[in-house]
Amino acid sequence: MQLALFIIFGLLAVAGAINFLLQRHPINSALSLVVVMMSLAVLYWSLGAEFLAAAQVIVYSGAIMVLFVFVVMLLNAGEEERTHGSRAAYFAGVPGATAIFCLLSFVFLTNSKAFGSTDLTSHLTHTVNNIAEISQVLFKDLLLPFEVTSILILVAILGAVVLARKEQ
Amino acid sequence: MSPNVLTLLPEIILTLTGVIIMLAEPLLPATSSRKPLGWLAILGTLAAGLASWYQTGFGTMHSFFGTIQVDSFSIFFHLLIAAIVLVTLLSSLDYFEGHATHAGEYFALTLFGATGMMLMTCSVELLMVFIGLEISSISTYIMAGFRKGQASATEASIKYFLLGSFATAFFLYGIALAFGSTGSTRIDSISLGLTTTATPTLALLSLGLIIIGIGFKVSAAPFHVWTPDVYQGAPAPVVGLMSTAPKAAAFAVLLRILFSGYPSYEPRWAALIWVLAVLSMTVGNLGALMQRDVKRMLAYSSIAHAGYLLVAYTAFPADGIASACFYTAAYAAMNVGAFTAITQIAGYQERARTIDDYTALALKRPVLAAVLGFFLLSLIGIPFTGGFFGKFYVFSAALHAGRVWLAVIGLLNSGIACFYYLRLLAALYSRPVTENDRVDAHTTVTVPAAIALTLTAVATLLLGIAPNRILGIAQHSADVTVHPNPAQPGADATTTSASR
Repeated sequence: MQLALFIIFGLLAVAGAINFLLQRHPINSALSLVVVMMSLAVLYWSLGAEFLAAAQVIVYSGAIMVLFVFVVMLLNAGEEERTHGSRAAYFAGVPGATAIFCLLSFVFLTNSKAFGSTDLTSHLTHTVNNIAEISQVLFKDLLLPFEVTSILILVAILGAVVLARKEQ
Repeated sequence: MSPNVLTLLPEIILTLTGVIIMLAEPLLPATSSRKPLGWLAILGTLAAGLASWYQTGFGTMHSFFGTIQVDSFSIFFHLLIAAIVLVTLLSSLDYFEGHATHAGEYFALTLFGATGMMLMTCSVELLMVFIGLEISSISTYIMAGFRKGQASATEASIKYFLLGSFATAFFLYGIALAFGSTGSTRIDSISLGLTTTATPTLALLSLGLIIIGIGFKVSAAPFHVWTPDVYQGAPAPVVGLMSTAPKAAAFAVLLRILFSGYPSYEPRWAALIWVLAVLSMTVGNLGALMQRDVKRMLAYSSIAHAGYLLVAYTAFPADGIASACFYTAAYAAMNVGAFTAITQIAGYQERARTIDDYTALALKRPVLAAVLGFFLLSLIGIPFTGGFFGKFYVFSAALHAGRVWLAVIGLLNSGIACFYYLRLLAALYSRPVTENDRVDAHTTVTVPAAIALTLTAVATLLLGIAPNRILGIAQHSADVTVHPNPAQPGADATTTSASR
């Protein structure tokens, strides 16, 4: 059952990602991104991370994608124009990307037995329940990164104001 | 004072000052000068520097459940970053006068960026490092495009943003794999996990991805492609900041990750760093030879200097850290100084761009030409300048570690580097062939900028004449990092319980 779910939604996620790159109209790209996000949410859920799955749906598919679609609509962006791209991208980028992909798959495939042997017990077995575990991490162990993210967002907002403002 | 507040005192001061400036900016009338905000930012930076100095009396401190570790290593980089930001603020105080209406946001972004960089150097939790890295990166992306309406500035900002986010993704993937292989994102637990349970190939992959991510940030070859375009398009004072402070922070992070997170993998990462160092030195110096634009030339020179710095990393364990810390300080002093001088020569519009535009500068503005010349000599590595001792310590550390070839390649590269620095230096003092109208002889250097130039020049000179003091501090911080007091759960519990 889990394997079937993984195969279906894993393939759906990859297909959505490829479609995202191939589509010419920004709205179509944005919508295929929704497919990717939703499939990822199902994958998280099948791994037993219900909270993460819910957060994924609410934050990414809900908030962020709505924002994307709004921006695309407001800008009234038409179909993108294709350029030939730089030659370096084809000569160095494509082999490079293939090499990294092969390396990663090689590492993951050869080490597939070792996965699960890593000592993740404190993260997996002691789980009273998902929410309790997450709040333990979020509000105790990683309290500072969680709080400092607010400065990060503040900087981003400030940057948006600076870039959007008209020079007088 | 609670330990949580005490350990983050410099960051808290900087953030508060930044927020005050940000809130005050829209209250000021659009036509009024933004200088008071600049002075406020300078005061905040000074206070943050003093706060870091104050922390030295407390030894190694942990806080926030082991996320933050304040030791002499982090304080060294805190002071360095505060000094760089101080000089940048002084040199850009008059830079935006009459040109940009939003200079207040520039000062706020500088302070927020500094907060991010400082957080990077004092955190021992990779997720915290990542957040700090993002704060510092996002503020520099925006600052790179601050001269709006100029195509090159926009190009710089967008290029920096796209490639920078790409690099951050690598770094984040590295953290994820480190977690996957060791079960922790804490540097000391990673080091522990690597010797016991970790999957070697996966750990190696995580190490590689982290090095790639940091390599982008410090513009080490082959991850340097963004550097020349960004440095050429960004405002000169911003380039002075972003070629030194974020790099110092990233180098500090790399030191911590490699030396106290992955010490058991030393032979493997040392080989990787060896390749990066050789490539950066060679690509940087050969690239700089081809440039006519002064800022592009200095961009390639900064790639080469990242290479020299990486040489120190191959000298594991103790010599490496001390010489790397010293080199970072020396490089920061001379590079910020050089860009401060360029800011004063070229002005806001940056009409003087190429080496030809700098011809006979000594006739028009003799003091500025002399100061710029001094920084160029230091960048070459002439004795009695900080650059000399920086290179000396780095290469001698490499020799002690038995990396003779690396030291030889580094010395050859230093020889190549003489050509392009001396070409600019010669241009400064040569006779004008045609009338050079790109440099205005009548503008004067303002008092804050003069202070900034004096500070950097004195720092460069002091590092070249009496390097022992800084080297002593660097050595001390090396001892802390190589023999870290691991965050004992018990000790950490007491600090946290006391804070409640």
